[in-house]
Amino acid sequence: MDTAAPGGGNSGRKVVVRVKRRPDTREEPRWEEFALDWRPHMNIIICLRDIAERPVTRDGHATTPVSYEASCLEEVCGACAMLINGVSRQACSTLVDSLEQPIRIEPLTKFPVVRDLVVDRSIMFENLKRMKCWVPLDGTYDLGPGPRISPEVQEKYYPLARCITCGNCLEVCPQVNENSDFVGAAILSQVRLFNAHPTGAMHMKERLAAVMGPGGVADCANAQNCVEVCPKQIPLTESIAEVNRQAIREAVFGWLLG
Amino acid sequence: MREPKIIVVGGGLAGLMAVIRAAEAGVPVDLFSIVPVKRSHSVCAQGGINAAKNLKGEGDSTDRHFDDTVYGGDFLANQGPVKRMCEAAPGIIDMLDRMGVMFNRTAEGLLDFRRFGGTLFHRTAFAGATTGQQMLYALDEQVRRFESERKVKKYEGWTFLSAVLDDHRVCRGICAMDLKTMEVRTFPADAAIFCTGGIGAVFGRSTNSVVCTGSAQSALFQQGANYANAEFIQVHPTAIPGEDKCRLMSESARGEGGRVWVPRKPGDKRPAKQIPEAERFYFLEEWYPKYGNLVPRDIATRAIHKVVYTQKMGLEGAPAVYLDVSHIPRETLDRKLEGILEIYEKFLGVDPREHPMRVFPAMHYTMGGLWIDNTNQATNVSGIYAAGECEYQYHGANRLGANSLVSCIYGGMVAAPAAIRYAGGLDKGCESVPTIVYENERRRQEQINDTMLHAEGTENPVTIWKEMGDWMTEHVTVVRNNPDLERTDAKLQELADRFKKINLSDRTSWANQTLSFCRELQNMLVLARCITRGALARNESRGAHYKPDFPDRNDAEWLKTTRAHYDCGTIKFTYEPVDTSTIPPRARRYDAKA
Ligand code: SF4
Ligand code: FES
Repeated sequence: MDTAAPGGGNSGRKVVVRVKRRPDTREEPRWEEFALDWRPHMNIIICLRDIAERPVTRDGHATTPVSYEASCLEEVCGACAMLINGVSRQACSTLVDSLEQPIRIEPLTKFPVVRDLVVDRSIMFENLKRMKCWVPLDGTYDLGPGPRISPEVQEKYYPLARCITCGNCLEVCPQVNENSDFVGAAILSQVRLFNAHPTGAMHMKERLAAVMGPGGVADCANAQNCVEVCPKQIPLTESIAEVNRQAIREAVFGWLLG
Repeated sequence: MREPKIIVVGGGLAGLMAVIRAAEAGVPVDLFSIVPVKRSHSVCAQGGINAAKNLKGEGDSTDRHFDDTVYGGDFLANQGPVKRMCEAAPGIIDMLDRMGVMFNRTAEGLLDFRRFGGTLFHRTAFAGATTGQQMLYALDEQVRRFESERKVKKYEGWTFLSAVLDDHRVCRGICAMDLKTMEVRTFPADAAIFCTGGIGAVFGRSTNSVVCTGSAQSALFQQGANYANAEFIQVHPTAIPGEDKCRLMSESARGEGGRVWVPRKPGDKRPAKQIPEAERFYFLEEWYPKYGNLVPRDIATRAIHKVVYTQKMGLEGAPAVYLDVSHIPRETLDRKLEGILEIYEKFLGVDPREHPMRVFPAMHYTMGGLWIDNTNQATNVSGIYAAGECEYQYHGANRLGANSLVSCIYGGMVAAPAAIRYAGGLDKGCESVPTIVYENERRRQEQINDTMLHAEGTENPVTIWKEMGDWMTEHVTVVRNNPDLERTDAKLQELADRFKKINLSDRTSWANQTLSFCRELQNMLVLARCITRGALARNESRGAHYKPDFPDRNDAEWLKTTRAHYDCGTIKFTYEPVDTSTIPPRARRYDAKA
């Protein structure tokens, strides 16, 4: 069998990648280094696939393929968030040529590690549930069209609806840590989205009650790291500020409005 | 009356729709998905969803949508189901609208519609260029609502291995594996609805997500479910070729005025911007003046192949053509196409608002899939239903753009009540099935895992997968020749033999992705043969299936659904008539003489 790394690279150029490995939750992490053949337009997923096809470290030790999450490979499913050279980002859209080598790849730190680069982000989905992030619907039978929405409003809120639940915004938030329940920017931005929708607004009170509870909007300390890393450029600080205003209004006038 | 128990496998659009319909009917449902459902491949659908709402005063109607779909599919689709789908489409759009999908709007606040391939009407509702994502999220939110009301139980991070069949070959549940603990477990149910999506991975690189392996369909096929029209594979004309995946550049780029061209002078080295209008060959517009850049996908793909391989006019001699939106105002592009232009910019580092994009066709969609009946989305195995891309019903020999989303939702809507009716009518439910039936299936699956984990061979699964993908892409996509198909079939058998000498390089029993990939690969190899042999048998050209040696559609012999049966390792084909009861087949052409 051909001993070169897969993909037919022939320029001789190498990509050196260091991956933080952790076979399971009981074992301590360790680093492994790989030298891969460089090809144009390589991204981090291609590197991980190269390793899977030839799981041998740079110094010749046989190892296992790296476990990682990825699906769409076009930055729309949110699966592949990881730390790359210390930056929280999507692996599929991170091009090797834009990075300094050796490239360090680690799992996100704010979520429990399952194995290698796979982390468990189910807390985000649970929080979406807690915050009632949906439009209440009578049923899916034909009840005619939805409410009219102006193009301006659509253009304002469509960007919020593009959140891919990747968790990068939580990863970089100092308020998200072992001692806090802070739901994070992504969830608060979804609260804003559903409060804005004409039908979604019918649940506004319940959502704001949750937002004013533990782990809610009051936990935001305005570090503003979230907007920096959001791959979808969602105006997260704007969202948090808006939800905060809504919460204050609700706290002050809520009893009046019933 | 006993309460029926339903399982849905797959959490994309079709699966979530089925879950919602079951939950609304008050039937408890378990939902299985490899990934958290919000990461399903439906998020990759870009351009939009078709429904003849006729909001642009063009005189569009569901009948015209029906005609475009049947004609676009070269008359291979059963007309009854297609007609019902087109009639349901406007109501589906309304439902999504009420769920809060952020569709683009007109000045009056109504839904906006754009044009798509294979039609002359503005029939496609859209949410920027991420329509599938927006629709999936809306359904996901509704399912989450039912989940919080405990009407739905989700098993995310589980992969389907097999159906549990009783002595009468009736489905009594499923067998699945937890991708974290690697536990194999059976789940009793009265009916199971499969919404397991596309099969892109069979072709190595495609526009599909990594999870689209067709493994579940193939497993069911090997357990006796028939697979129909496998040979009909859609190759999308405009994708950005990549080593890991071919990233789609949606038809909506052309729907919003994008133009496909190459320099008139082959090998022209000038940057695109410096090539004057008169020296550009807008071949789709010249060859197909009526539809122009919006001919159906099979037509556009073959035209690009002709320009590149026959006329040798690919960009600088490479297999690529321009997809140009740089003449469209930036503001329009950002409002309507941002999602896809961003992909091009991120992955290639070039701004498509300024520079024409370099694109080439890539495998995109399977029109074929699990055989289902014409009314209930029921497979030939009692208790097994299917909806979405994994079944074959709605697109004939070629799918029209923006029809996939509507077929997913519609299929899910039909499958759930049908499965519930079936389950309710059973004399005895799954609770009366002897536990040994479940035990045996679980043991059979654990045995397969054991064999793979302990194989002491030399073959790497990724290498086998890549070889399969290369062969399938080269010989079983745009142009098909019988000798090549024969060779591919032989190659696939060789790969299946080599698969027996596999070595897993990971034998652990915790989150072992290599093991689950091998299980999928084994199933992909079977599906690949089903596609290849189906193509070999069909000696005509129809829709996406094109054989230069048999260049014409041959209705006398081949206006038939291909139905594949699996029997102890061999694949047999039977053919059945197509429902053409409403629109008599006519010649399909989109050129000047049409
Ligand atoms: S808000 Fe942005 S960073 Fe946070 S989860 Fe959503 S897409 Fe990711
Ligand atoms: S794989 Fe989907 S975002 Fe990277």
